[in-house]
Amino acid sequence: MTDQTMTPEERAASLEGMGCRRKRVEDVRFTQGKGNYVDDVKLPGMLFGAFVRSPYAHARVKSIDAEAAKALPGVVAVLTAADLAPLGLHWMPTLAGDKQMVLADGKVLFQGQEVAFVVAEDRYLAADAVELVEVEYEELPVVTDPFKALEPDAPVLREDIKDQKEGAHGPRRHHNHIFTWEQGDRDATEKVLAEADVTVEEMIHYHRTHPCPLETCGCVASMDKATGKLTVWGTFQAPHAIRTVVSLISGIAEHNIRIISPDIGGGFGNKVGAYPGYVCSVVASIVTGRPVKWIENRMENLMSTAFARDYWMKGRIAATKDGRITGLWCHVTADHGGFDACADPTKFPAGFFNICTGSYDIPTAYLCVDGVYTNKAPGGVAYRCSFRVTEAAYFIERMVELLAIELNMDAAELRRINFIRKEQFPYASALGWEYDSGDYHTAWDKALKAVDYEGLRREQARRIEDFKAGRTRKLLGIGLSHFTEIVGAGPVKNCDILGLGMFDSCEIRIHPTGSAIARLGTISQGQGHATTFAQILASELGIPASDITVEEGDTDTAPYGLGTYGSRSTPVAGAATAMAARKIRAKAQMIAAWLLEVHDDDLEWDVDRFVVKGAPERFKTMKEIAFAAYNQAIPGLEPGLEAVSYYDPPNMTYPFGAYVCVMEIDVDTGEWKVRQFYALDDCGTRINPMIIEGQVHGGLTEALAIAMGQEIAYDEMGNVKTGTLMDFFIPTAWETPNYVTDHTVTPSPHHPIGAKGVGESPNVGGVPAFSNAVHDAFRAFGLRQAHMPHDHWRIWRIAENLGLHG
Amino acid sequence: MSKMHVKLKVNGRQVEGLAEPRMLLVHFLREELGITGPHIGCETSHCGACTVDMDGRSVKSCTVFVAQANGAEIVTVEGLTNPDGSLGVIQEKFREHHGLQCGFCTPGMITRAHRLLQENPNPTEEEVRFGIAGNLCRCTGYQNIVKAIMAAAAELNAAKEAAQ
Ligand code: FES
Ligand code: FES
Repeated sequence: MTDQTMTPEERAASLEGMGCRRKRVEDVRFTQGKGNYVDDVKLPGMLFGAFVRSPYAHARVKSIDAEAAKALPGVVAVLTAADLAPLGLHWMPTLAGDKQMVLADGKVLFQGQEVAFVVAEDRYLAADAVELVEVEYEELPVVTDPFKALEPDAPVLREDIKDQKEGAHGPRRHHNHIFTWEQGDRDATEKVLAEADVTVEEMIHYHRTHPCPLETCGCVASMDKATGKLTVWGTFQAPHAIRTVVSLISGIAEHNIRIISPDIGGGFGNKVGAYPGYVCSVVASIVTGRPVKWIENRMENLMSTAFARDYWMKGRIAATKDGRITGLWCHVTADHGGFDACADPTKFPAGFFNICTGSYDIPTAYLCVDGVYTNKAPGGVAYRCSFRVTEAAYFIERMVELLAIELNMDAAELRRINFIRKEQFPYASALGWEYDSGDYHTAWDKALKAVDYEGLRREQARRIEDFKAGRTRKLLGIGLSHFTEIVGAGPVKNCDILGLGMFDSCEIRIHPTGSAIARLGTISQGQGHATTFAQILASELGIPASDITVEEGDTDTAPYGLGTYGSRSTPVAGAATAMAARKIRAKAQMIAAWLLEVHDDDLEWDVDRFVVKGAPERFKTMKEIAFAAYNQAIPGLEPGLEAVSYYDPPNMTYPFGAYVCVMEIDVDTGEWKVRQFYALDDCGTRINPMIIEGQVHGGLTEALAIAMGQEIAYDEMGNVKTGTLMDFFIPTAWETPNYVTDHTVTPSPHHPIGAKGVGESPNVGGVPAFSNAVHDAFRAFGLRQAHMPHDHWRIWRIAENLGLHG
Repeated sequence: MSKMHVKLKVNGRQVEGLAEPRMLLVHFLREELGITGPHIGCETSHCGACTVDMDGRSVKSCTVFVAQANGAEIVTVEGLTNPDGSLGVIQEKFREHHGLQCGFCTPGMITRAHRLLQENPNPTEEEVRFGIAGNLCRCTGYQNIVKAIMAAAAELNAAKEAAQ
């Protein structure tokens, strides 16, 4: 069949554009072990770096003796803060406006903190040398509880800023206080709470955890002394921003720095920040004149780079007798660890936590977040969520459940009567966001029907009877969650990181034969950008997706962009892709008009060609137009067919979803089993349903991990108790359930293709669904709130405290 | 540290080299031989990213010294590609069923699946889930991995039957 005989539908299908379950182009390499991850990078003369780390959570560093390490054959250098200080690199700025020690400068503030950097000929020698570095410490009192950290006589953690009354986000009121961030109307909210028929108050803890991608962080830094050019390969979710940061802190001109993110083995927020390992590798390469590789091991990864959550959320919710929510109040004590290294847009020290009114039409609300230093690792990254959105979703989805208990109402019904209605969009929330679009009732009803919600409740009632009669020891939990995400950061007017506006970009070049290359400012870590961005282009340009190469991650070739995290690739770079394609199409239309000797306006676009209106036999395909762009002298037009777009989104996007989890719980052992999980996601226009489903499966499994066992736990001395994959829970195939995925489609009105982004929704909505299932199982026995993670022991404790063990 | 002489067969090719007795098999494969399919996710035998086949058994190559592999026959994910360069059945099924995302667990997962299907050519879904429980994946939630392995089993069995 030629394109002369194909129908428009057949032509469209052959492009493998948007909506198609296109197989991933990445997989031919990955399934054969031919990926190129940072640890696969091998350069001539390459050295290996490794850290000496603090065994203490809070201690003064009295002395460092590296002589024995330096004397070991094969050891090339040992760097300490004293070596970095003359370069001004012993501290570095954090993304949150604070600063962080690169190597311990006089003291350490968390277990695992970087104290010295050893550089040796191979990784075994580097490990040997680490053992030979003698560090003398003087232990200091440790604070791991953020409430205790704010007591008047709490030890001073950050001596460097102890007298500083003003922080990056306003006044500091205590030596361990970082910031206070307030949103909404405090007085009005207090008034609503005082006058309400019903109020509920509860402390909700979202524990500290870690993104733990299967590949840890690492880099290879190579300073070419002959050209003065520094190249760094690394696990960077934001390569362009890293280039700017490296330039600003090292003084190397930005054009002399090339950052390359090769294949990345999962990120989930872990690889957004700048870590001491990157700085030390760069310095070591400059000092030694040789490439230096640094790859963290798993324990280092869990202990030092990028924790997530750790929010103590005190909530108060007000409602009428019949269940209309009238107000929401929230105070968060946010444990940021020893340095404030949260990866949030500058003006949002608690990220977008002010999305905590969720999917509900709550007229009055107030939020206050206090950031606190403790002797824990710095980080505070968005672990598979937009900035602090998963904390917000968990908070509101627990508060609604608690309100349902108080009102003795069904939790599904309570949600339904409070949802923002379809006709209220665009909806201005009490805490300052403008939700772009949504149809929550339709999604909710579809979800409840799909799982036969009424039937499940009847089964649960029978189960409770059987339990009370001694016929079973298993309870049934029905976990509900309706979440609203806020992703696609974001509009440059209020979103920046280190002063860099959070736009994103795409550059397209159409080759003379009609194939193309597109380069973006983002970087895939498994999301399949090479596949999906080609699909957007295929639909916009009429070029088969298989004829389009998508490249990201090399700052020398890709246009500037802020990278991939916070589900921003599709909302921002995806929009840039469509906009750049439309610039190409506009020029293509002029070329076609000239070739067909008609006016531009006499043409219309038809899948992969411009057709003369009313004369379907007269057309020029994109392929023909591309060739003409390079071989015809067209009056008034430059040769070539290229475009670039830097897209500054007018608003965030607001994906949403309705999840139901059915869980069996053994009262005597605390064991749980997910019997059924239904996930309905509305991410607007769907680019590749296969990839969306894969994202949902993966995000739900990370949510399962977080809700049911995954935790970065510390003892009172500040020792990390969960520093290996033995203790840090990652579900295997054995405990992971099968998920049923579903969708509705409510396009974003302001996005060029209507897409909203999906990668993080399942984590945001999944955690409350799993946790609510546990709570729901015990609701009939009086459980209000039990802190996550719900591991077997903690579930057993719930049953024990409720007196269910007889 | 003095080095020892090791000789082993990797993906059908005889190789030899000098290695410290403490060198791990995964480092020998990756750094001495340039076989970078096996990945390192933990070095403590929990994640399975480094899984290879050693004398007909799945092993985690981060927990085996190359000295222990002296004389052994090793198969890595690179060895599961067809001789003509096309994807092997399991590799192809992973691609078809979207059984991978970042690809970091994939070589270990496919190598494990290869051995699992030798041990049990007709596994139930439960048996597949149990059989790959030593391999962690952070991206996929396993659902499509399980699907891919079941589909590979069906195809391999059909091919076997056709050959008889
Ligand atoms: S690297 Fe070998 S099991 Fe994780
Ligand atoms: S595909 Fe990323 S860890 Fe499995």
